[in-house]
Amino acid sequence: MIRKPLRPLARIFSARSLGEDSNLIEHANRRERVEIEYERILRKTQRRLIMMGGIFIISFGIVGMRMTALAVSEPSEPKARATASHVLASRADIIDRNKRILATNIETHSLYAHPQQVIDPAATARQLSKIFPDINAIEMEARLSGANKFLWLKSAISPEEKQAVHDIGDPGLLFGAREMRLYPNGQLAGHILGGTTFGEQGVHSAEVLGVAGVEKAFDDFLRDPKLNGKPLQLSIDLSVQSALERVLYGGMRLMNAKAASAVLMEVHTGEILALSSLPDFDPNNRPHMLTEGDQADDPLFNRAVQGVYELGSVFKTFAVAQAMELGLVAADTMIDTKRFRWGKYSIKDFKNYGPELTVEKVLVKSSNVGTARLSQMIGDENQKTFLNKLGLLAATSIELVEGPTGKPQYPSNWSEISTMTISYGHGISTSPVHLAAAYSAIVNGGTLVKPTVVKQTVPHIGERIISQKVSMRMRSILRHVVTEGTASYGEVPGYSVAGKTGTADKPSIHSGYQKDKVLATFASFFPSNDPKYVLILTLDEPEDRTQSKPRRTAGWTAVPVAAEMIRRVAPLLGLAPEIEISPQNGLTLANN
Amino acid sequence: MKNLFLGCLVVTVMGLAFWAYTENYATKNALDEIAQLNEDIVLAHSRLRVLNAEWAYLNRPDRLLQLVNANFDDLRLLQLTSDHFARLEQIPYPGPDLGPITEPIEVMNRAKSP
Repeated sequence: MIRKPLRPLARIFSARSLGEDSNLIEHANRRERVEIEYERILRKTQRRLIMMGGIFIISFGIVGMRMTALAVSEPSEPKARATASHVLASRADIIDRNKRILATNIETHSLYAHPQQVIDPAATARQLSKIFPDINAIEMEARLSGANKFLWLKSAISPEEKQAVHDIGDPGLLFGAREMRLYPNGQLAGHILGGTTFGEQGVHSAEVLGVAGVEKAFDDFLRDPKLNGKPLQLSIDLSVQSALERVLYGGMRLMNAKAASAVLMEVHTGEILALSSLPDFDPNNRPHMLTEGDQADDPLFNRAVQGVYELGSVFKTFAVAQAMELGLVAADTMIDTKRFRWGKYSIKDFKNYGPELTVEKVLVKSSNVGTARLSQMIGDENQKTFLNKLGLLAATSIELVEGPTGKPQYPSNWSEISTMTISYGHGISTSPVHLAAAYSAIVNGGTLVKPTVVKQTVPHIGERIISQKVSMRMRSILRHVVTEGTASYGEVPGYSVAGKTGTADKPSIHSGYQKDKVLATFASFFPSNDPKYVLILTLDEPEDRTQSKPRRTAGWTAVPVAAEMIRRVAPLLGLAPEIEISPQNGLTLANN
Repeated sequence: MKNLFLGCLVVTVMGLAFWAYTENYATKNALDEIAQLNEDIVLAHSRLRVLNAEWAYLNRPDRLLQLVNANFDDLRLLQLTSDHFARLEQIPYPGPDLGPITEPIEVMNRAKSP
């Protein structure tokens, strides 16, 4: 750029010749130069401002566009964080103690409809009703022609049903992915497993929620994604459960009972290896709750856990054990067994056993009077404390959601007559699971066990209830109940079964007891010299009609069924039969 | 000197841009591969679950019992009972291994017998 001089000579000379002041020319030029400089700076500043404005507009435009894009787009997992834990976020399996599957999931589909896209509602409804018999064609047509934009038709359908719906070819019928709970063994262990239902449902997935049994009790565990699908291992043995249910069902039919239950428990850990309550149900297709008739006849009702009953003479074991533990009597102490009256009540036996019996015979012959006398010696406070320690006065801690509902019932005023009747199992109602845990404690060496359906990994040694010595004595007395007492049909060669029978009249709805309806129970354990398992078997209203006069006592009904059960189940448990050493006359076995 | 420096800078920027470009695509490919693998894992798990469920269904105790009864003539399977247990002393102790007989001794000469 050629700068314009401040004092151009031509103009200076001409100005001088005219007599003008030449400095004015310089000033004018200087001014012009400053003005040009101002102009340049102004343009530069304007350019910068425009550029800055442009940058701001572009930056905010990008941010705004990104925000709009985020707001209108479907959310999706960042690819880099999609780890395997998302892959396994489904309900965990339930397995038995030998890792065989009791409950698992399979992928199926749900069926839903967009009625506005259905081309021919009448034909579609008709064809749907052919595939699904529970769909009414007329009702379905009305629903498909209605104003609704969305309709759930089926929560889970099989692949064959899906194909059949596909073949209808209507664009308004759509499928969503569904994970369905499957119990491959059908009815087996139905009461333990409980069942599931769908919770919150979306088109792509649905929540599977437990509704009963371990499915509900362990709902949080089974649905916890942190555990990465770790299965829930139960203490149940599938083979044993199957054998037990089969024998129980056969026994129930044979003895003409209307219902039955059985509990097989490990005596040292309280683990339940098999538990059954008949009638039962298939958790794959859980029935609705019974709304009419006796609620106790509902197949959903778990008699072994929820059902609290007066179990009768099986309670005598506790009175004898406590009397011996307190040192009040020994096995050979004579007890008065003459019938007597207490207030308006008469305490008497099934038949007359003579004026007195030894403590052992009181249990072997099942004498109500003898047990009542023992309870008088024990006292009401002591008895209540002992039964409480055995866990017979509170709901069990079994991990089924039905557990807390099986709360024992006993008189609020524990009077002396209550003490006497409770000693032989009347006036107190407990569940078979309570009884199993209490018998385990009596025969396992005297320590308390808590019933559980979850496989235990570490041994728990519970509170001591009775001494080892009394426990051993009780085993031998209860063995005599089978060898020479009321449970003579309980003998199983090789397994040295011991136990106590109980036949309780069923309470009437109004008051008092029903005459011909009993609850027969056999509380047994085996082998008697070193007990491993307790089996509680209960038959509701059994009747052996093979003789002219029907027989209902547990010795004739529950005991033979329990014996057959032990004969079937003990080999499956891996128990080798033992040859019992008979006591030799006058000889004592001794080492050198 | 200044031009040389600027030239180097331009080359470096272009090199880094190329590196970033290739890394970006390598990462995207790796992510796609992970997504594909995850999908494969999901499919494999669902297949495994179905197989396990089928196995459990086919081996349910009721069905096994039916099969045992239906094939009794061939299999002769019986329920496990207490008779099937034996004590250790009931099992005969295996005798010492005699080994192969290499030098047979003739104890009776059949040819000379009358």
